[in-house]
Amino acid sequence: MRLDLTHIQRWIEPGSRVLDLGCGSGEFLETLQRERSVRGTGIEIDEDNINAAIARGLNIIEQNMDGGLANFRDQSFDTVVMAHALQAVHYPDKVLEEMLRIGRQCIVTFPNFGHWRCRLYLGTRGRMPVSKFMPHSWYDTPNIHFCTVRDFEALCSERNIRILARDFVGNTDREPLLATTWPNLFATTAIYHITR
Amino acid sequence: MTTTLDSGSVGIVTPRTVRFDQPLLLACGRELPDVELVYETYGELNPQRSNAILICHALSGHHHAAGYHHEDERKPGWWDECIGPGKPIDTRRFFVVSLNNIGGCHGSTGPTSINPETGKPWGPDFPPLRARDWVHSQARLADYLGIDCWAAVIGGSLGGMQAMRWSLEYPDRLKHCVVIAAAMKLSAQNLAFNELARQAIFSDPVFDDGNYIYRDEIPARGLALARMVGHVTYLSDEAMANKFGRELRAGSLEMGNEDDIEFQVQSYLRYQGSQFSSQFDANTYVLMTRALDYFDLAREYDNDPVKAFSHARCSFLVISFSTDWRFSPTRSQEIVDALIAADRPVTYAEIEADEGHDAFLMPIPRYLRTFSAYMQRVGGDD
Repeated sequence: MRLDLTHIQRWIEPGSRVLDLGCGSGEFLETLQRERSVRGTGIEIDEDNINAAIARGLNIIEQNMDGGLANFRDQSFDTVVMAHALQAVHYPDKVLEEMLRIGRQCIVTFPNFGHWRCRLYLGTRGRMPVSKFMPHSWYDTPNIHFCTVRDFEALCSERNIRILARDFVGNTDREPLLATTWPNLFATTAIYHITR
Repeated sequence: MTTTLDSGSVGIVTPRTVRFDQPLLLACGRELPDVELVYETYGELNPQRSNAILICHALSGHHHAAGYHHEDERKPGWWDECIGPGKPIDTRRFFVVSLNNIGGCHGSTGPTSINPETGKPWGPDFPPLRARDWVHSQARLADYLGIDCWAAVIGGSLGGMQAMRWSLEYPDRLKHCVVIAAAMKLSAQNLAFNELARQAIFSDPVFDDGNYIYRDEIPARGLALARMVGHVTYLSDEAMANKFGRELRAGSLEMGNEDDIEFQVQSYLRYQGSQFSSQFDANTYVLMTRALDYFDLAREYDNDPVKAFSHARCSFLVISFSTDWRFSPTRSQEIVDALIAADRPVTYAEIEADEGHDAFLMPIPRYLRTFSAYMQRVGGDD
């Protein structure tokens, strides 16, 4: 399981109702159902992922988040999770607003574009960073809305989004302390527990 | 042609008939004094009786869903793509029950059956039916077969509507409900197409308010035209373009054609229409389209589908097809949204397919994969 997902689990109440936006093949939802007995629903658009998630016995809805989430009622889920999808949606701020409307709490993870490697790459080469973690070229990347840790916190403060907890994952085992101390420089992944 | 017994086929099947002497009270308030149901089964019922699956048929369907009645039968049952060994409804795991609904014309009590009170066929006097009447008669069949609870009730189109009705009428008698290319009620456009079909039948002088049945005649022209209208709505623009395009049957585009049939698509429609009119009963068609028209899942639940589905206890699989304009993906999404709001477990897939409404009968790879993946969870201990 991806490191950011193991971090999230402790914020999810056992037996609660969870909506996972962009759930992929459902690995995380399956873990949550097994270990925290949640009632989970996943949203996904990739057909192979959808089939894999169905085969895991999960409840999966084929839906494109960019088409809106108006079909979900206000405060109808205990937690809405979106792992590593914020940067890939057309209107990240609108999706965040929708998540906060649907869920009593939300958990968002995203790659931090402020990481020193990104800055170094852009600063020295003058080109959009391409790495193992961001393998796409600028013209074919699904990640159309990269942001930094500070960008995200600025948005939260503008929109009166309350940050209940934050956690950061560094690049290597040596970096966790750096990542939590100077997240905007050393966190590769940012994890936010938010509410209204 | 001997096409039977390939490894994915249930092989040769024999329909059976069961007769219930107890009257069946219908939604309209009238009673059917006795009911005969013709049905087929595929696979074996397990000792726990927990692997039974009910197939609900659509407007013009019947009990013969899979396999062949005899070795020389030209085509297998209507849903042979989905029912059989290794298929989504895998007969190595499931005991599958498929019946002809009451009101039908393939052996179950319907307008062509004898009305015991008159000694003549029911014809146009057959009582009007609602989807719940079918569900109640299907429950009798379940009792007769010793099935307390279906592992799944499955249907496409009008069959999907029966499956949903099952989840509300008998919430404790099914574990899964599979609703394919269906809707919670018909749109005005849908009602209009059904009206066209009925008017086509009524306009055939042979029909004579349904009394043709007493004269050994059939309103073949009207019924064929009704089927042609229906058929166009079951296909998509893409499907028709792929299948026929603008191809002529003979002659040239400059000169036209002396023949009455010019384009390939005309030939196809006429063939479909005439085939159908020789196999189907016009009174049944009128009866079935009306049952479809009046289907409204949530009407008696204050027109609130969320309230309706809050009575359901089963899990749901909903599937739609991208080019289906008869029951479009939007209609399926409405079902899914109501189920989510009612906090019922639901899985939904919208299958990209060119075949329109008819896609639910076709071997579309992603459709079969998704359907199969879901069926893995059916029939377990859940």
